[in-house]
This record gives sequence, structure tokens and C-alpha cells, in this order.
Amino acid sequence: MPLDERNNKGERVMTASSATKMQVTEEVIIRMSQVNKWYGTFHVLRDINLTVNKGERIVICGPSGSGKSTLIRCLNRLEEHQSGDITVQGITINNDLKNIDEIRREVGMVFQHFNLFPHLTILENCTLAPIWVRRMPKADAEAIAMKYLERVKIPEQAHKYPGQLSGGQQQRVAIARSLCMEPQLMLFDEPTSALDPEMIKEVLDTMVSLAEDGMSMICVTHEMGFARKVANRVIFMDEGQIIEEKKPEEFFNNPENERTKLFLSQILDH
Amino acid sequence: MTTPRKYVRTEDAPLLPPPATEAGITGWLWQNIFASMSDFQSLGAAIRSLFMILFSLLLVYLFIDQTYGLIDFAILSAVWSDPEGLKREACWTVQQGGSLPDGWHGACWPFVWAKQKFAWFGPYPSEELWRIYLSLIVGSIGLVWALRERLPYRRQVGVLMLTLYPLLAFILLTGGNSDASFTGIGVWIIVGLALISVGRMGAAGHLGTIFAEFAGIFGIVGWGIIALNVVRGIVALDFNLTPVGTGDWGGLLITLVVALTGIVASLPLGIILALGRRSEMPVVSVLCTIFIEFWRGVPLITVLFMASVMLPLFLPAGVNFDNLLRALIGVMLFSAAYMAEVVRGGLQAIDKGQYEGAQAMGLSYWQTMRLIVLPQALTHVIPGIVNTFIGLFKDTTLVSIVGIFDLLGAGQSAVADAAWSTPVQAITIYLYIGIIFFIFCFGMSRYSIFMENKLSKSRRH
Repeated sequence: MPLDERNNKGERVMTASSATKMQVTEEVIIRMSQVNKWYGTFHVLRDINLTVNKGERIVICGPSGSGKSTLIRCLNRLEEHQSGDITVQGITINNDLKNIDEIRREVGMVFQHFNLFPHLTILENCTLAPIWVRRMPKADAEAIAMKYLERVKIPEQAHKYPGQLSGGQQQRVAIARSLCMEPQLMLFDEPTSALDPEMIKEVLDTMVSLAEDGMSMICVTHEMGFARKVANRVIFMDEGQIIEEKKPEEFFNNPENERTKLFLSQILDH
Repeated sequence: MTTPRKYVRTEDAPLLPPPATEAGITGWLWQNIFASMSDFQSLGAAIRSLFMILFSLLLVYLFIDQTYGLIDFAILSAVWSDPEGLKREACWTVQQGGSLPDGWHGACWPFVWAKQKFAWFGPYPSEELWRIYLSLIVGSIGLVWALRERLPYRRQVGVLMLTLYPLLAFILLTGGNSDASFTGIGVWIIVGLALISVGRMGAAGHLGTIFAEFAGIFGIVGWGIIALNVVRGIVALDFNLTPVGTGDWGGLLITLVVALTGIVASLPLGIILALGRRSEMPVVSVLCTIFIEFWRGVPLITVLFMASVMLPLFLPAGVNFDNLLRALIGVMLFSAAYMAEVVRGGLQAIDKGQYEGAQAMGLSYWQTMRLIVLPQALTHVIPGIVNTFIGLFKDTTLVSIVGIFDLLGAGQSAVADAAWSTPVQAITIYLYIGIIFFIFCFGMSRYSIFMENKLSKSRRH
């Protein structure tokens, strides 16, 4: 993958200071126990048990239809699970709308298709949630928005509309928009799958720099270079179950499960 | 080193100017007019082209002929004034006993001038007309202010136009001082305050978790009751104006009152109904669907007829709504049902990702709707919304059925005036009414195009 090559070229070399920031704490941010979910009669998540600590970076991969997206969408209640417990930052996800609102304030999400609001400018996209959810004064919200737009390296686009930006730029705006809520955890749902190849790099770079700053992240992605580089753990899902979980080096070098081996051979050998 | 191939360029191809058929006036004429009728390559194509040329010439002739006929009737041959006060004789030919040449055919404008006040305001007392003028002037200024770009306090003026202005216009037009018992109003306001308090307590969780989910409804109903009764109280005050019953209203005034009430009420009601119909709560969804399908399934004439003739039969003796008010409510509910379906069309065009994006950031249902979904959905359906507005404006003429004299009704009764009886009497007044309707409907249409262009900027790539 290009990410590893880039390291050899010296374009983005992880510095010692950023590496120390990437430490995992003992504090648990997500705990899923015995989570089950059905779409009608289809059992899409089967007995999911997963604990994520603060500062951890998890990459979830697996074949399409294996329930990866459904899993992370359960973490901010875009999907409802039918049995089992999910706690995010100690808050249990149940039918209580107050809990859901509280969790959504602390959990940012980046989607495959960006889901920017086309009728608002980039700046308005970024300030919307801070103003309406955090009740922040407009000037403060704009200052924060500009800070994060600079962070994703597109402050000059602030007054354009999403339709005027390229796919990669739009996805970076979507990341900045989530960051404006200053979340404790970021969820990425296949953030590079809808992008042209030459734009994937700019989005991954942004995600890597986010990881270097110690953000807790759960990423559904097939970018194996990214997984190798920043993940603490790689989780492999198939048919609604977590069937393998390893550190990236081990995951890629000696996967145990036959299905993992098959999957890795399919996406790496070409 | 590969062998060079003939089709691989070694230098850039020159940039050439477009052919005459693609640019400039000749290009426009070619593309829009002559392209389809200048093919003489074969016999069949030549015959087709000749046909097209003949047909085009015929259409041009008809257009010029009709336009000239209209201009001749309305302007060139028309009688413009009646200085001697001859009334109908001013528009009579020699044969009919007047002084115009035989075969004369033109508009009799003095008739319209004489009926002007009646066509605009009906039998509204002449000495009280300043009240209508004042409402119209305030209304026009407010409307232009709210609709124009880049005027300061535009939003605030818009809100005032939707809240305070109807009240002001109502008091000015009717004279206020409606009979309502202030004790009754007081009781209702206390009921409203009680409902709001219950809603507040429920929302804070004092009355159980299930209640907390729909406590907001109590607040909305409570505020609604209070607002309604404050309005009732204000219009019951004595402003020392001569009362003018709605029976004395007429003409364009009625048309504007009915159309504006329908237009202003139908959009918010329609939005609420559309959201309700798409709601995940089955009861809300079913109720909204039944409401919409009921009102869409009934012709407006039937609605007006039911409101004005049948409804009083079901009301207890002594309870009597104003005839115009009943028609207004009928028009409002009717147009709201149509508007709901237009808005629903727009809501369906919004990608699911927009909802998810908004939810994931923690926006509530109403915030998502107000900030994300509705601005986009309504932009999509501006043509449909304005279509409904224009349809409603024209449908107001149906209120003549229930004895309310709108512009068309006033025109028709003016035709019955024998003092102006001439062969061109009816056609003149209908032309006049047609022009007034055209101005309003065309204005709405143009504003809709302007809004579309303005709002589509954000989607430009």
C-alpha cells in the first residue's frame, strides 16, 4: 500500500513525540457485551463482545455484508440493537433519548458518502452542531471550525459549498465537521470507499495525523496500509461475528482463521 | 524506442473558432428556428421542410393577428373617457343610438372606471375605504420588504407580517369590537397556562418517563390556546371604528383575503401534515394520511358548499360563524392537504444520509427537519408550491357559489347594470378582471423563478 511506501520516501515519518501521544489508557470507552441485532429475520450481529479503551485505534475489516458497518452504527444508535448491552463512556445505549443525545455529542462519525449538507457552506456545515447542540456562540463556533479546517488543510474553502469541492476535500470537511464537536471517539464508516484513488491519500493522511494526536478511533476500512500503520488491533468480521482479533503485524503475517486467510489473499494479492 | 504511429500527435492541434451554426445570432436562429426546416437533400425531406415553413408562417400570422386584435380592442379602438356622463350611450354605435361608427368594436373603459370601486372593494362603505387603503399599503410595504434581498431586518419584518399584520388588517377591515366575553377568554388563558405547566413538569420527568416523551404536545397546545385567546381579546377591544361586517366586503378585497389566508396558512399546515404522514408513529401517520386523503378527495366547491350551507344545520342554535370565516377555513384546510403532498414529494427526495449525518452530530428531530431537511426539500418543490399558490388564487373565484362576492362575482353583478348596457360591457369587464388575475399570478410565477435561481446556487458545481 502507498502508505508504507511513503514512509520510505520520508514524506510522513512518525515522530517520537507523536508516538508517545498514541498511547492507550486503561479507561474503557466502549463496552459491548452479548450484542445481537436482526434485520427482520436476518441475524446481522451475532453475540458481539468488544471492549475498546480510550486512545485505542481499532480497524474493522471483513467481506461485504459481514455486519461491520452495522456494528459501528449501533455505537451511536443510528441502528438499534435488540439484545445485549452497549455502553459508551459509561452511558448505556437504550431507548432513553437523553442518553442517545449525550452519546452522539461525544461520538463523531464520518460516512462513506460524506453526508455533508449541500445547502450550507463548508463553514456552516462545521458550525451547525456546535451552535445548535452545544449552544455555542456563533463567533466561538466559527473559530473552532476554522481551527479544524486548518487541521484538515482546507481553510481556504470555508465559504464554498460542498458541491464545489472534490471528493477528498469533502471527506476532509466531514472529518473537520465531526471534530468541531470535540468528540471523545471517532467512528469511520468506509471513509475512502467512495473516493477516486488519487484522493484516498489525502483522507488517510488526515486520519493518520488524527491517530497520532491520540484520538480514539474505530475504522471500518479496507485500507490495509492504514491498518498496519496506526491500528492497535485489527478485528475481522464475517457473517455478523468477530472471528479474529490481533495486532496488525500478527493479523497480516499469520492469520489463524481460514476465512481471514481467504479474505486477506483476496484483497492483498493483486 | 517505439515506432511512431500516424495517429499519435507530435504537436498540439490548433484551437478553431466555432462554425456559424454554433455561435452568435445566426447560430441562435439556426439552432432554434431553421434547423428543422432547411433539409432539401431528398424529396421526402424537402416536402417535410416545406410543410414546416408553411405551418410556421401560419402560426406567426395567427399570433400577430390575435395580438393586434387584442391591442385594437383594448387600446386603439377603445373608448377611454365619458366626459359628458352619457354612460352606456358613450359606447353605442350610430345604429344603437350613440355616436360611434357602425361596426365599432372596442373596450368601454368608462364602464370599468365607474365600477372600479365596486370591483375592488364591493359594497364596502365609501367613507371607510381609508381602512382598506391603509391595510393594503402596510401589507404591500411589508411584503416587498420581506421578499426583497438585502434589506435590513428582513426576517423580523417577515415574522411581523405573519403575526401582527393579520391582526391589524382584521381590526382595520372589520372595525374590531367583536363580541366575546372577557371572562371566557380569561378562563381559556388559565387553561392554557395549566397545560403549559403540566407539559413543563412532564418534560422534567416528574410525571413518569412515558409521559415525558409527549409532554411537549401539552406545551404546544397550551401556547396555542393562549395565543388564540389573546387574539380574541384584542379584536374584542373597542377601537372606535365603525363596524363593517364581512357581508359588506367584496371584489378584489375578498379575493386577496381568501387567497392570502389560504397561501399563508397552507404552507405551515402542509409542512406539518407532510411530516406527520412520514412520521414513524403509526397513529400520527394514519391521522395525517386520513386528513390529507379526505380533503384531496373532495372538490373545493363541495367544501365551500358544506361549510356555508350544511355546517350551520349541524351547529347548535345560536352558534353562528361568519360566512366568510367558514369559507376561509374550508379553503385553508383544502389547500393545506394539497400542499402536504407537494412537500412530501420534496421530503422523499432527501437522501437518508442527510438524516444520518444530522443525527450523528446530535441534532434533535425538529432541528434536523428545520435546519437540514426542510430547507432542501422545500427548495426542490418550489415550482410545486407556487403551482398550488397560483391554483389557489384562481380557485378563490369559487366562493361566488356560496354568495361571497369576489372579484369575478363583483364583475358579474356589474354586468347586470342596465345603465351601462352595451354589447361590449361583459367582455370589457372580463378583460379587466383577467388582467388583474394575470398580474398577480404572473408575479408569483416570476418570484418563484427568482427563488429557484437564488437557491440553486448552492447546488452549482
